[in-house]
Amino acid sequence: MTLTSESLQAAIRASLGDRVVALCERLGEVTLEVRVEDYAKIAGFLRHDGALRFEQLIDLCGVDYSTYGDTRPVRKRFAVTSHLLSIAHNCRLRVRVFCADDDFPLVPSLIGVWPSADWFEREAFDLFGIVFEGHPDLRRLLTDYGFVGHPFRKDFPLTGYVEMRYDVDQKRVIYQPITIESREIVPRVVRDESYGTTAGRK
Amino acid sequence: MPEIRNYTLNFGPQHPAAHGVLRLVLELDGEVIQRADPHIGLLHRATEKLAESKTFMQSVPYMDRLDYVSMMANEHGYVLAIEKLLGVDVPVRAQYIRVMFDEITRILNHLLWLGAHALDVGAMTVFLYAFREREDLMDCYEAVSGARMHAAYYRPGGVYRDLPDAMPKYEAQISRNARAMAEMNQARHGSLLDFIEDFTARFPKCVDDYETLLTDNRIWKQRTVGIGVVSPERALALGFTGPMIRGSGIEWDLRKKQPYEVYAHLNFDIPVGRNGDCYDRYLVRIEEMRQSNSIVRQCVEWLRSNPGPVITANHKVAPPSRVDMKSNMEELIHHFKLFTEGMHVPEGEAYAAVEAPKGEFGIYLISDGANKPYRLKIRAPGFAHLAALNEMSRGHMLADAVAIIGTQDIVFGEIDR
Repeated sequence: MTLTSESLQAAIRASLGDRVVALCERLGEVTLEVRVEDYAKIAGFLRHDGALRFEQLIDLCGVDYSTYGDTRPVRKRFAVTSHLLSIAHNCRLRVRVFCADDDFPLVPSLIGVWPSADWFEREAFDLFGIVFEGHPDLRRLLTDYGFVGHPFRKDFPLTGYVEMRYDVDQKRVIYQPITIESREIVPRVVRDESYGTTAGRK
Repeated sequence: MPEIRNYTLNFGPQHPAAHGVLRLVLELDGEVIQRADPHIGLLHRATEKLAESKTFMQSVPYMDRLDYVSMMANEHGYVLAIEKLLGVDVPVRAQYIRVMFDEITRILNHLLWLGAHALDVGAMTVFLYAFREREDLMDCYEAVSGARMHAAYYRPGGVYRDLPDAMPKYEAQISRNARAMAEMNQARHGSLLDFIEDFTARFPKCVDDYETLLTDNRIWKQRTVGIGVVSPERALALGFTGPMIRGSGIEWDLRKKQPYEVYAHLNFDIPVGRNGDCYDRYLVRIEEMRQSNSIVRQCVEWLRSNPGPVITANHKVAPPSRVDMKSNMEELIHHFKLFTEGMHVPEGEAYAAVEAPKGEFGIYLISDGANKPYRLKIRAPGFAHLAALNEMSRGHMLADAVAIIGTQDIVFGEIDR
């Protein structure tokens, strides 16, 4: 049975009530925002509730909102966004939770609800430094052994801080501060909506 | 009595059966695997971070290099996400071309998987046969994009150009006589569509040949039947998609269940396994090749009789034609802005998924209205599959780990990103 996005929203609203921080549909995708203290409980509910039954955690990732455009009122810096899929009802849901503390982002782990959260959470910890409370094995996943920092944070430079080379004298591979300069060929630019139209020329 | 301890074994990162750069730390009790801990990231290139500093168009070729045996399927997910945010319409002909190349890509991927998997468990011949057919399909890639593998052919709003009317031919060499040349060029006298149609006519026979070598082969069955069994419940919980979940008996295919492009108009079946072991996944993928072949055929038929544009006419997204650009001031400005600054994608977020050969390949795109993505998350199917390696290989023999890695169809370009 296919669940339409309207009935999905209605079902979530009916059962979660005021625990929903925001629930909206855009481009045919339903996004649910919850508070970090309700996060684990709501995840379990979304997984097991008969009317919803999101059996699969398709994706989970961290997002650093620190340099997000001016239009958005500045809120918390780190968010964890997951994409759920219900095979029984053939529908998807995006769940977002903002971390309460920007300096020590902490979110409960979903590994007990969806085992597939394991590596996704390790990745988000590695790249963004988001700590998942209750994860049994929160090690770095993608970066090098002994890597320092969280590379996908917006304040981490694209070039990184260290580079690796073979040192002839020491006869081993060494790390050293980078010798290349960061450059931006195409600048990042946000245009207003009427840019390039006749309305913008007036 | 001496103390018996578990033995820790390093498998990879330089091992032919590790399919790239997998470092596997295996804890063995005798020859039985107690725990498998995959260490990944040796091919990590931070594609997602790089994409944040590049315009939307500049990241298209990066997508090829994710899963580097199913190149166009990755591009497809990426352009779909951009198109969703932009709200542009893609011409129907472009949709058919994309579907056709997606299925060609699926065959390419499954052929490599079949060859490599069979080689891992000891069958040499299939590998050679599979690569023979791959060569023809890569010629299709080359004819349409100029590159055999990393095509960069799909663009937001359509595809880069229409299908060519002529197929490149083999040229004379000292080592080739006239008869050999004529044989090699036999299928190449017509257009690309003629070549593809000729391929679809002879490919089912090739699949029969692979099956003759493997399906009833005693050694092949000993190595795959009952190995790496995943129940449907566990397959769901572990986030499996694609042939991995279908092998466990769950009928789930995005092309059917959440159709994108023109899949809703095409006729094909979803093969489903029963036992969830390596052998069932093998059968599923073999049948998928046959189904893909039939989809390619249907697309060729449609494309022959329906000419038309292959990229959107919205010049804020796709470049104008060269003639227009050189004769029209407006188009010149469009061209200049598009290639210096790039397109602007409206603020918002979108998740677009395609049924890539390995499973659900998804792109989660957050845009703040700039000419570059704010955040790009690539959902690689192999990532979830490899995460389940520990569970799948526990209790199996060391040699079975190779069969399980093979059946997962792992490519490190997409897992490490």
